[in-house]
Amino acid sequence: MMDASLQVTRLVPRKGWAELRLRDVFEYRELAAFLVWRDIKVRYKQTAFGVAWAVIQPVTTMVLFTIVFGRIAQLPSEGVPYPLFTFAALLPWQVFAASLVGSSNSLVGSAGLLTKVYFPRLIVPLAASLATLVDFLVSFAVMGGLMAFYHVAPSPAILALPLFLALALATSLGVGLWFAALNVKYRDVQYVMPFIVQLWLFASPVAYSASLIHSPIGRAIYALNPMAGVIQGFRWALLGAPAPGMLIWPSVAVMAALFASGLFFFKRMEDTFADVI
Amino acid sequence: MSSEAIRVEALGKRYRLGAARGAFTYGSLRDTLAGAASHSLRRLRGESPEGPRAQATLWALRDVSFTVAPGEVVGIIGRNGAGKSTLLKILSRITKPTEGVVEFLGRLGSLLEVGTGFHPELTGRDNVYLNGAILGMRRHEIQRKFDDIVDFSGVSAFIDTPVKRYSSGMYVRLAFAVAAHLEPEILVVDEVLAVGDAAFQKQCLGKMHDVSRAGRTILFVSHNMQAVTRLCPRAVLLADGRVVEDGPSETVVARYLSSELGTQALRAWEANDPAAPGNDWVRLRTIRVVDDQGATTESIDVRRPAGIEIVFEVLRREQPFVPGIVLVNEQGGPVFSAMDTNPRWREPCDPGRYTSTAWIPGNLLNEGTMVVSVALGTYTSGGKTLRQAVANDAVAFQVVDPGEGGTARGDYAGTWTAPVRPLLQWTVMETTWKN
Repeated sequence: MMDASLQVTRLVPRKGWAELRLRDVFEYRELAAFLVWRDIKVRYKQTAFGVAWAVIQPVTTMVLFTIVFGRIAQLPSEGVPYPLFTFAALLPWQVFAASLVGSSNSLVGSAGLLTKVYFPRLIVPLAASLATLVDFLVSFAVMGGLMAFYHVAPSPAILALPLFLALALATSLGVGLWFAALNVKYRDVQYVMPFIVQLWLFASPVAYSASLIHSPIGRAIYALNPMAGVIQGFRWALLGAPAPGMLIWPSVAVMAALFASGLFFFKRMEDTFADVI
Repeated sequence: MSSEAIRVEALGKRYRLGAARGAFTYGSLRDTLAGAASHSLRRLRGESPEGPRAQATLWALRDVSFTVAPGEVVGIIGRNGAGKSTLLKILSRITKPTEGVVEFLGRLGSLLEVGTGFHPELTGRDNVYLNGAILGMRRHEIQRKFDDIVDFSGVSAFIDTPVKRYSSGMYVRLAFAVAAHLEPEILVVDEVLAVGDAAFQKQCLGKMHDVSRAGRTILFVSHNMQAVTRLCPRAVLLADGRVVEDGPSETVVARYLSSELGTQALRAWEANDPAAPGNDWVRLRTIRVVDDQGATTESIDVRRPAGIEIVFEVLRREQPFVPGIVLVNEQGGPVFSAMDTNPRWREPCDPGRYTSTAWIPGNLLNEGTMVVSVALGTYTSGGKTLRQAVANDAVAFQVVDPGEGGTARGDYAGTWTAPVRPLLQWTVMETTWKN
């Protein structure tokens, strides 16, 4: 009966720093896929407009920004029509914000699961983050329509788009892992989240152009915001705006630091989730 | 790890009482900052940096060791709070041990809570896949077993209906069906027999039997001593987080029932026990079965009244709530439910200690074991009750018939079924023909 192929599971108290055990996460990849699928399937249930919300939200924001920043404030838009200029930024921004909020609230939202079944906890914020990609794809189709309307053809640079998207998701997940783990113990996180998202929005060149910042030191500091690099990257890839150039590297470095530290903090706290939540 | 299916060695689990277990007791950042400030203040004054609160810990399990051979079926018994659930939580990897080692061979599936991860908006079909994945099944495995699962559940007609439209019985059946098809090398069963109707329970016990016959290892946690002795050749008795006895289940169950450990008529929680049912404004303290003299008793004369005394503490004035009880018999069949109808409970309670006793009249219940669950619930607008504190299977008592007459049996002495046995008023009309 007990064949030798059976895996031995050994449970011991943790000593020192956590191992990452990313292999476990890989083992449970099907569960991650199921959770993403569930989030997507359930998201627009019992809503009158359904998936149209994925269009309504960014389009409304775009119209608002175009009126306030494009028309009234007359901010420059790097030679492209202002609606396109801002929508190209809203694309990564919306997926970033949704993934950040979603992953931060994911553990608390799955308390029922956490206290009853074992699986690598990392799956939960990961699935919450990936589930936001569907809305992104919908808005991306809208972007295609806008570009056709304004007769803007994409350049081969569009091939770099997935890289910038990955940068945005990894950044949101890095911060989201910190917040998700903190949220288990401190529900304050839920009140802090809207602030952070709002502050981060204005710290990123969504409604304005990064070229408005002139001093080299200012630009260097600015480049530390990974979303600045992402948004510039999107505008470059879609609209032929100036490339982010060397300034993308600080963004990548900050992303990597946030992601790695978030991962370690999460793993460090993981064992106490079920006891505390 | 040589031939054992499960090896538990010097296992211990400590909970911090300050740190939370309920949804209402999680910390806020401000508390922690304030705590850190007073911590450093104490240190400045040269006092111990540990406040009194930091030392409030509870060992839910301590120095627990046992091994289980492959294919063995072992019952885990003990009072509520003895550490059974903590042991299962560690085995199913939900929580980490504080000390000691646990090793097991192969996949361990638990029926700790069936239906985990069910989403009300999704259909039965979707939930089978989702729940299967959550329990650790691969997609192709679920695909292969899908028809069996649906057949077993008996809800095939509604498989494409969102489960929020299911009755609670259908919901549980579908959930159990998924869990029952996990086919792990080690199966952990915790009180699932308390759910569902009698036919379904029979199906569950049958499934457990099949699993054990297939040579798989089972840990069965139950308060149903009859089921434990019937299903498990061996039992482990836990008390206060330690193994008290481990051996043939007849011996262990007998020891449990004869000792004070087996006293089912009283359930009490310490003042600072985080496991006491309730939230941060009301908590249960004691539940007792009493006779008409007010003495705690496990056996009640079928002709005499029995009292279910519920003592709870209100810590903060909040919403009104109502005490209520549910009685089931030993097989889990419903006997009755009752709410405290005293108008006092229409108003919120001020902080303090309250006692509410439900008097079950004599000559109402039939003979046998009655298991009592207690809840404090708030009525909500939706016609439902929001449970503030729940103690499932909190106390139990035997209803005995000394055979002196005066009951609905009359002079009949054979078996007497049905949960109740009221002594009725009978009127007689008689017309005789006398010539």
